[in-house]
Amino acid sequence: MQKYSVFSLIKNAFSDHQNWEVAWKDPTPKKEYDVIIIGGGGHGLATAYYLAKEHNITNVAIIEKGWIGGGNVGRNTTIIRSNYMHDDNALFSEFGMDLWRKMSQDLNYNVMFSPRGIINLAHSDAQMNAYSRRGNSMRLNGIDAVLLNREEVQKRIPMADFSDNVRFPIFGGLMQPSAGTARHDAVAWGYARQADSMGVDIIQNCEVTGFDVTNGKIVGIRTSRGDIKAKKVGLCVAGSTNILAEMLNMTLPIETHLLQACVSEPVKPLLDHVVTFGAGHFYCSQSDKGEMVMGGDLDGYNSYSQRGNLPTLQHVLTEGIAMFPFLSKLKMLRTWGGIMDMSMDGSPIIDKTHIDGLYLNCGWCYGGFKATPASGWTFAHTIAQDRVHELNAGYSLNRFNTGDLIDEKGLGTKTWIS
Amino acid sequence: MLYIFCPHCGSRSQNEFAYGGDATVKRPELNKEISDQEWNNFVYLRKSPRGKHLELWHHISGCRQWIKVERDTSTHEIFKTYKADELTE
Repeated sequence: MQKYSVFSLIKNAFSDHQNWEVAWKDPTPKKEYDVIIIGGGGHGLATAYYLAKEHNITNVAIIEKGWIGGGNVGRNTTIIRSNYMHDDNALFSEFGMDLWRKMSQDLNYNVMFSPRGIINLAHSDAQMNAYSRRGNSMRLNGIDAVLLNREEVQKRIPMADFSDNVRFPIFGGLMQPSAGTARHDAVAWGYARQADSMGVDIIQNCEVTGFDVTNGKIVGIRTSRGDIKAKKVGLCVAGSTNILAEMLNMTLPIETHLLQACVSEPVKPLLDHVVTFGAGHFYCSQSDKGEMVMGGDLDGYNSYSQRGNLPTLQHVLTEGIAMFPFLSKLKMLRTWGGIMDMSMDGSPIIDKTHIDGLYLNCGWCYGGFKATPASGWTFAHTIAQDRVHELNAGYSLNRFNTGDLIDEKGLGTKTWIS
Repeated sequence: MLYIFCPHCGSRSQNEFAYGGDATVKRPELNKEISDQEWNNFVYLRKSPRGKHLELWHHISGCRQWIKVERDTSTHEIFKTYKADELTE
């Protein structure tokens, strides 16, 4: 594989950038693989990469119905954080933060990781107390957390509404300085390029139509490009999880819902951090191009359409304007939607299933993008070793049966109730 | 914007409604031994199909009745609505 560097950039400049190698190949599926990962999104690509890198398993195929980077990995709002209170979430996410910090060097691909800090705003004394508790829990797990008072928040985001006559005055906030953003497409492309170079077949435009299970063991999959045998199969398909589960006669604690995001026209740099509104669902950051990147509530009913409706967008932006009044002056540039695999406790599932050789990675709700490296790393471990790693032991499928929920915010599919 | 036909009030915009989830889920019968698996099925497990989905909506800013709506989860087409106690096809 051609290494990306300033020298290769200069060298290729002499040939008008016409001679760059393709970043990944377009192979025809083989008859058999050791491992098939279904879903060529961030998590699937990362899983294949860590299977090859950490476990030396390279006879791997990624089966993608659409194209690499066309799903949620290209539709999210690029936020990376580990500001969780519960140990399972905190340790998992902080492990991921380490992978994020090293990612650009590790993948030889600039993912533009920008640790600009996230501020969760508080709008009441009770919320300040809750944030103080969460911040202390984070620090006990070695994650940086700073409780900001009103003045300290005002210094960092003076454009927020600090006037007296507001419905939700800003009391302060909880900041994780090491949180931030990254270029989401680059994450997908970087993982795809490295996985491909280590021998992983990335097979795009290939839809899974069925599974071959014999005596409780997976033996292969059926696809629109023919049957493929496999010793192990991992599902990594986010919002499409239930569609595949139905083919396997499985019912999961997952509902598929639509989440919208939008960006404004680009403006000069004014917002240094990622900021979340504490009195509703709204968050905002500014992209390197200057666009305000915004998101918020689910549309609120089961949906597989990758586009949303205006009432929800209006509701979300109303909250946005309550937080940052200047947003009302900006024009919207684009809105889009992605389908989320909403789990019933708001936490993900990375586990084995009752079918031998079939592994499940789903339930990421809003938090899939930031989990990309840690999810891929632990899922690769679970598949390669046929047992869960201690980092994802809490993300079991059986926890709903045993009552060991990880109810970080007490929210599942009905997030709009809070 | 969805327009939902409330069997009590007529066609109204989705802004008047709150979503109540899958209407095919049945609570386990009272007065008998219920296994953890049955509770798990009732509380957490959902088919969440792509396509026709029978779901509950609450006409919260209207007549405040719960209704059943048969809707396509990928096109959002609404086929039929029912009163809460009405038998569905």
